[in-house]
Amino acid sequence: MAIQVLIPTPLQKFTADQSSVELEATSVDGLLEALEGRFPGILARLTDESGKLRRFLNVYVNSEDIRFLDNQATALADGDEVSIVPAVAGG
Amino acid sequence: MIAVSTSRFQYPTPQVGFNGSFYPALLACTNSCCRALTATLSRSTFTGLRCKECGHPYEASARHVCEDVCFGPLEVVYDYDAIRNRVSRASIEAGPTSIWRYREFLPIEGDPIDVGTGFTPLLKANRLARRLGLRNLYIKNDGVNMPTLSFKDRVVSVALTRARELGFTTVSCASTGNLANSTAAIAAHAGMECCVFIPSDLEMGKVLGTLIYNPTLMAVKGNYDQVNRLCSEVANTYGWGFVNINLRPYYSEGSKTLGYEVIEQLGWQLPDHIVAPLASGSLFTKIRKGFEEFIKVGLVDEKPVRFSGAQAEGCSPIAQAFAEGRDFITPVKPNTIAKSIAIGNPADGPYAIDLANRTKGTIAAVSDQEIIDGIKLLAETEGVFTETAGGTTIAVLKKLVEQGKIDPGETTVAYITGNGLKTTEAVASSVGEPHTIEPQLASFNAAWERAQSLHRASWEPIGA
Repeated sequence: MAIQVLIPTPLQKFTADQSSVELEATSVDGLLEALEGRFPGILARLTDESGKLRRFLNVYVNSEDIRFLDNQATALADGDEVSIVPAVAGG
Repeated sequence: MIAVSTSRFQYPTPQVGFNGSFYPALLACTNSCCRALTATLSRSTFTGLRCKECGHPYEASARHVCEDVCFGPLEVVYDYDAIRNRVSRASIEAGPTSIWRYREFLPIEGDPIDVGTGFTPLLKANRLARRLGLRNLYIKNDGVNMPTLSFKDRVVSVALTRARELGFTTVSCASTGNLANSTAAIAAHAGMECCVFIPSDLEMGKVLGTLIYNPTLMAVKGNYDQVNRLCSEVANTYGWGFVNINLRPYYSEGSKTLGYEVIEQLGWQLPDHIVAPLASGSLFTKIRKGFEEFIKVGLVDEKPVRFSGAQAEGCSPIAQAFAEGRDFITPVKPNTIAKSIAIGNPADGPYAIDLANRTKGTIAAVSDQEIIDGIKLLAETEGVFTETAGGTTIAVLKKLVEQGKIDPGETTVAYITGNGLKTTEAVASSVGEPHTIEPQLASFNAAWERAQSLHRASWEPIGA
């Protein structure tokens, strides 16, 4: 199942400057593995030693924050768009 | 190495790559303009960026997250010995009546964009204090900040000065309203291109107060967190300076001036307790940083200051986490009239919780009705018309006094961050109506009689 993943600028050094990549996965956890498979080293940036997404990183599936879904267990379907966004301040 | 003989200190060796964009021009040009540049360059007191979480160093470029290690937020690193050698109470008092009197504490290299931002009134709020049962209450009124009547003018003045130094010609932001007003206005003054993003449901005053400066304004059908996500993606592909994204380390430093000013305006003393609104949590932590820096360089004597934060119940992820004893934030979807602080996924939330805990402060939330009552209370007792964020702060202040969490004798400062004329919708149905009369004395007499009896009916004693 093809998932479109939007890569933030700080991680594009792993993806040969691509801002968007297509991968196969059925969950967010699976997608993280698939990302590491294609772009070795990227997983250590995204997750801590226990495999949890870093707390200053937000992940959205079709614009919904995965913390409103099933976190890293959130299921993915063909055509979903996943976006990885570092936290920002503002107001 | 840059050293200027008139300077009292030797500028430290810059980090690798720091100021890289300036050196070629300096080396290639012998005009007098560059000698001037050398002189101003030497005034900068910051040496680079550093991850707030893991400490990893970065050069002072347009970046905001620890991309090499942990994605934590980056913050500016200063040479405090240099600052200590250069500033004194007298040198600050002799500076401009704007945030730039504290320029040694701000991350810029050359001349600032000075539109008169900062040095807003610190009001001794005796009538409000009596109403609440306090004795030493002050209102820091950034509702009259320049040029756009909110504290955001502080952060934007710094961000756009730095943006210009880093070579950006277009600036942008994701905003709940006030930041958009400020970015558009100061960009206009500085002659920079501007494209700003807001949620599409903002108050008319905030929308008009941006459009008048003629930026490109994108009203996004979504809440602030969705606007921010979109902007992060735009920032990936457009080479713009986003004040709250890739310029965030510089931008957020502007809020420290709210700490410096209160110290100076209290007669070079720290308060005992501060109450401030919490949106992303950045302002709260930067007021603290401002206090700490003045202690560090010897401008003020150290003493404990309690930090208490205010949120609206309809968007209170930080207050909820605080109440439950969590150190992490569970994002929420905002639903409150306090749109300017409606951030459901606050980036600095964990730091705000830590600060409230460490200083024995608290974080509380109030309802929309309490926010409206807070706006009216401040207006009726002190003549200050604030927006919903200020109403939130006053309502939480009231609540904390009622709960015994503020000692009546404490020198307490409530930070009012925005102006009520921008959010008139919030109070339009709660402020009554004018008495419409004929241009005749009899008509006035009758109306005055009615007004007096209405006034007596709603009158409540102010207390001792």
